[in-house]
Amino acid sequence: MRRYIDFYLATMRISILEQIQYSVANYFYMIGMITEPVIYLVVWTTIARQQGGTTGGYTVGAFAAYYIIWTLVRNMNIVFTPFGWEWRIREGQLSMMLMRPIHPIHSDVAFFAGWKFVVILLWLPLAAILSWIFKPTFDIRWMEVIVFSLAIWGAYLIRTMLLSLLGMITFWTTRVSAIFELYFGLELILSGRLVPMTLMPVWIQDLSNYLPFKWTFFFPIEALVGNLTDVQLWSGFGMQLLWIATGIFLLNIIWNFAIKQYSAVGG
Amino acid sequence: MTPTISVSNLSKHYKVPERDGGMKAAVISLFNRKYRTVKAVDDVSFNIEAGEVVGFLGPNGAGKTTTLKVLSGLLHPTSGMVNVLGYEPTKRSHDYLRQVALVMGNRNQLSWDLPAIDSFELQRAIYSLPVSEFKKTRDDFIDLLELKDLVNKPIRNLSLGERMKMEIVGALLHRPKVLFLDEPTIGLDVTMQRRIRAFIKEYNQRWGATVLLTSHYMADVEALCKRVIVIHHGHTLFDGELNQLVTQFSSFKTLGITLPDPEVDLSQYGEVLTRDGARVTLRVPKAKTSQVTANLLSDLQVDDLTVEDTPIDDVIDSVFTSTKAAK
Repeated sequence: MRRYIDFYLATMRISILEQIQYSVANYFYMIGMITEPVIYLVVWTTIARQQGGTTGGYTVGAFAAYYIIWTLVRNMNIVFTPFGWEWRIREGQLSMMLMRPIHPIHSDVAFFAGWKFVVILLWLPLAAILSWIFKPTFDIRWMEVIVFSLAIWGAYLIRTMLLSLLGMITFWTTRVSAIFELYFGLELILSGRLVPMTLMPVWIQDLSNYLPFKWTFFFPIEALVGNLTDVQLWSGFGMQLLWIATGIFLLNIIWNFAIKQYSAVGG
Repeated sequence: MTPTISVSNLSKHYKVPERDGGMKAAVISLFNRKYRTVKAVDDVSFNIEAGEVVGFLGPNGAGKTTTLKVLSGLLHPTSGMVNVLGYEPTKRSHDYLRQVALVMGNRNQLSWDLPAIDSFELQRAIYSLPVSEFKKTRDDFIDLLELKDLVNKPIRNLSLGERMKMEIVGALLHRPKVLFLDEPTIGLDVTMQRRIRAFIKEYNQRWGATVLLTSHYMADVEALCKRVIVIHHGHTLFDGELNQLVTQFSSFKTLGITLPDPEVDLSQYGEVLTRDGARVTLRVPKAKTSQVTANLLSDLQVDDLTVEDTPIDDVIDSVFTSTKAAK
């Protein structure tokens, strides 16, 4: 265990150092990323205003709160992508990683976790500017802050597991972009990224309960800006843990098959 | 004594899709895909004892890198047995990976944006090295490769040779007992090649490490390896001492002659390889070397005469050429 803690700390340190090196680039990346929620925000607040100030139980201020927290959750959701796995295999980087006495997934989790600390710091002034422009309404309890702080990391881990599983398809075949795009389409609809899940048709909401997507987007946001009870907050976090455990389990099984397929084509 | 590396009847075959060119063949291949089996390594066997430095030679596509990848646990063999340090590499046990290193001349593992000293710290954590031992090894290696002024510069600001030296330090910080080196000097200038060779030699002598090296630069092989394994089309062609390879595969000697008259025709004595002013190199059958030498000295006024074995590059080339011709 101590070995892993040491490895995680060292990798996170490297990641923070690298991101600081590129802080300006990171900032522009984040600013670019804000375009998407700002469009959603403008559309939904306009609709809410036209409907007398509320749509689907969301006021203009509640929409603003949802999409401003969205920007942080989205950044926390950035993980090593399947495209990255494709590149890693093609360029021979995976071979180098496989020569280390530590699973490559640990490297990814630790590296992106380190990145998150820089992201959170960079996000704070952006959130302040967005709040000044869109005037969100927050009614936050301490319990919500605690669960939210855990849930954004839960979301990060679930998405890491999911995208790593997807990335492992590249052990069998290259050119899997089409499959990735299908996944990202499903995620957009079923996660709460496009609109809060409560605005979706009931059957989509029901379906999303059985899938991991909403626990990576909608739940962490709702944990902070929604009106969830303590039981709902902790059971939601419990669902995140369940999906993380499922992801680890599947990852272990598929990895054992995938590694036998590895042909080290890139070196 | 159990060999450090033991390979018996190793084969690694790949199934690759194959089709004719053109639209029609492309459409047909959608429904009726044809495959061809490529035998990258076919029934290769060898043993390497602890502390040996062995050159693994062969032309591109001979199966060298595939063999190294199987030995380092990256690839699963199609058949055969592989054992390194008592471990089965394909199981990729962490204990095994802690004792080996694979260095590929065209691959890097250090962070591009950070000074190497930061990446070395990550290597310490990966291999759980005790801090004092890690610092001592790191500083020793930095001294040996004269990197003191470079370790604080971001890797991206270093030259190719400097980067390669850093990569080697990073790969050996955990002091592996077995080194798989795949073209470690590729693309480097002569001075840098020499430095890296000297370092590998020093590492081998100091730590008693076993080294399996592939290189297209015969200078690497001559400087480091007493023994070579030659592989071609996945098969072993030769396994023995380097000088034995020259004896077995070279039936010629090279004579270097300096004459006062550069215009003299020497074709009757042997094959003229080069002519540079008064200096001429001749290739003569090994069995006739003494007779030709005597004739030259008696027939002509000779300022200087040297007799050398065929350069190792030419020997290797003739090995591969003769195999190709025989196929």
